[in-house]
Amino acid sequence: MNMHAQPQRTLAETALIDAFGERLSLLPGDGAVMVKRDDAIEAIKHGLPTRRVESWHYTDLRRLLTSVPAFEAGAVVKALAPVLEGSAVLPVLNGVSQMKLPEIDGVTVQRLSEKLTDGSVAPGLDPYGSDDAIGALNTAFVADGYFVDIADGAELEKPVELQNLQAGGQSHVRLLARVGAGAKAIVVERQAGEGDEALVSSVSQLVIGDGAEVTWLIVQEQPDTATHLAQFKAHIGKDAKLTLFVMNAGGRLVRQEVVVRTTGEGADFKLRGINLLAGDTHTDVTMVLDHAVPHTTSTEVIRNVVTGKARGVFQGRINVHQYAQKTNAKMACNTLLLSDDGEFSTKPELEIFADDVVCGHGATVTEIDHDHLFYLMARGIDEKSARGLLVKAFVAEVIEELDDEALVEALEARLDGWFSTHG
Amino acid sequence: MLEIKNLHARIVDDGTEIIRGLNLSVKAGEVAAIMGPNGSGKSTLSYILAGREDYEVTEGDILYNGQSILEMDPAERATAGIFLAFQYPMEIPGVATMEFLKVAMNEQRKARGEEPLKVPEFLKRVKEAAASLSMDMNMLKRPLNVGFSGGEKKRAEILQMKLLEPKLCVLDETDSGLDIDALKIVSDGVNALRSPDRAIVLITHYQRLLEHIVPDTVHVLYRGQVIKSGDKSLALDLEANGYAGVIGQAA
Ligand SMILES: Nc1ncnc2c1ncn2[C@@H]1O[C@H](COP(=O)(O)OP(=O)(O)O)[C@@H](O)[C@H]1O
Ligand SMILES: [Mg+2]
Repeated sequence: MNMHAQPQRTLAETALIDAFGERLSLLPGDGAVMVKRDDAIEAIKHGLPTRRVESWHYTDLRRLLTSVPAFEAGAVVKALAPVLEGSAVLPVLNGVSQMKLPEIDGVTVQRLSEKLTDGSVAPGLDPYGSDDAIGALNTAFVADGYFVDIADGAELEKPVELQNLQAGGQSHVRLLARVGAGAKAIVVERQAGEGDEALVSSVSQLVIGDGAEVTWLIVQEQPDTATHLAQFKAHIGKDAKLTLFVMNAGGRLVRQEVVVRTTGEGADFKLRGINLLAGDTHTDVTMVLDHAVPHTTSTEVIRNVVTGKARGVFQGRINVHQYAQKTNAKMACNTLLLSDDGEFSTKPELEIFADDVVCGHGATVTEIDHDHLFYLMARGIDEKSARGLLVKAFVAEVIEELDDEALVEALEARLDGWFSTHG
Repeated sequence: MLEIKNLHARIVDDGTEIIRGLNLSVKAGEVAAIMGPNGSGKSTLSYILAGREDYEVTEGDILYNGQSILEMDPAERATAGIFLAFQYPMEIPGVATMEFLKVAMNEQRKARGEEPLKVPEFLKRVKEAAASLSMDMNMLKRPLNVGFSGGEKKRAEILQMKLLEPKLCVLDETDSGLDIDALKIVSDGVNALRSPDRAIVLITHYQRLLEHIVPDTVHVLYRGQVIKSGDKSLALDLEANGYAGVIGQAA
């Protein structure tokens, strides 16, 4: 055996490669798409990333992905009531988009299974780097999802909720969106399921036109039988604004990548994240943000609650390109560590190639403030409830900042749901 | 109602003894003022009554209605009717004031075996109490004490006290940080709570407050002990002559 020999494949790697052989004839796509699929499975044949790959250092996928379920789902799933009342719901059920969809003014929706054959999708399937394992997995297997086109200037009256729901097995889904210039939209990306072992890969890809305003909420509430590998990619145009809110409140092994690039001056990006971690789980949020043009701004605020034996990771990398003068970027990651067996790793990275920029980051790990606890208890609130109030307060601060009553209420209801089962 | 017997207590962290053989008894219906120079242990005493874990009682006892409270946690003491208006009320970001008030009132009701308040009834009570203290309801939409001025925090403490209707009220320097008008409003609020089945312990180092809330008894606390007790004339005496004389006598 020589030094460059591949280590022996893991069960999961073998299962994925075998599954590809079996599924290939069923996967939709034009020739260009099929070429991308072949490239992607080649990447997987080189092995899933280990801790020696820098961006996977805290999430050794090769070790953590111990098995891969069979393709077929164990049961049928039904669409859920939306997080935000009155939303137009676009469900993907066990990896399959639906024929009958609601009409939404200003929005055109196509099933991805059809879109994959029209010659437009293949370029978007390129990996964003040699370490893009989620992109590769998804490209190899993606069979369905939606393409959502929001017309220029359309201001959506109702939120749109994309639901990716599974009942075990594998689903590989892509949600593509074009937000036209000057459009305004609130989109919920709901990731949930129930039942047997599941492997989900989900890639959302947005192109946000000039002057558009998008609030995109990822609500991830997978069961602890699910491995959830997700990617959110966006280009933000001139004077456009994107607020991305990520709530992780489930899953056994979760990685949510956020890959964002400001492509026009005046673009603004806000990342707000809440990780509610419990049990024996692993959750990783990894962001790569490119400030690629001058005069763009971003803030990132992540709040984590860690209980049980849960492990969490936040990696935040901000690249300020050489010409991206006047960039203003601020990142904060705060963790409330509620158990001795839990842990949270934070890795902020600023790569700055411009000289006239304001960038900063901070990270804290704290326990419950016992003075605050005393104050609440001194008013007759028992210890358990007082702790609950303080933990909720810690994350609710990020939600309240959203400044939209309906959003705040809906997300706080999700929080309450989590606390009532994990409190 | 309250009987403190030969109380000794120290700071858990460093073992420093702050309360050194303190005796005090306050009857139902009584307003007792506790005065004393800075650093004599007044706030420490109030925290120990409320059950703060930073202090450890090493000797003596605290009886409330004849029962020792030393084994009770702060929440149990509060539901039993003990209330501390903090000298420095804490700001708690993320906890909405109204939500906090509702939870506190209902937890206390639950502990007494009462039904939770219905929302309209809760709102009515809060509105009435806030109006009586000239507090703006908008303030209560903010997180608990966050961004409140010193005076607003003190009013918010009294608001909580009115809503929770405790039996033993301990007010730690509620007068500091209040202007004359606010002092009058807050004092009226406290006076309204005077009743034969309620005791009030007023910690202050100014006579000023005692002109508005006239005490039945006055106690001087110095170096962790009550060194002199008397009626309201003792407070006037202290105002005129300072603590030196009293301290000298005791030494
Ligand atoms: N938690 C604490 N840690 C350190 N020192 C304390 C603590 N609590 C009280 N002390 C000290 O005990 C003494 C009495 O304080 P305090 O009770 O606040 O006095 P007062 O309220 O009468 O001004 C002071 O010297 C103060 O510094
Ligand atoms: Mg004091």
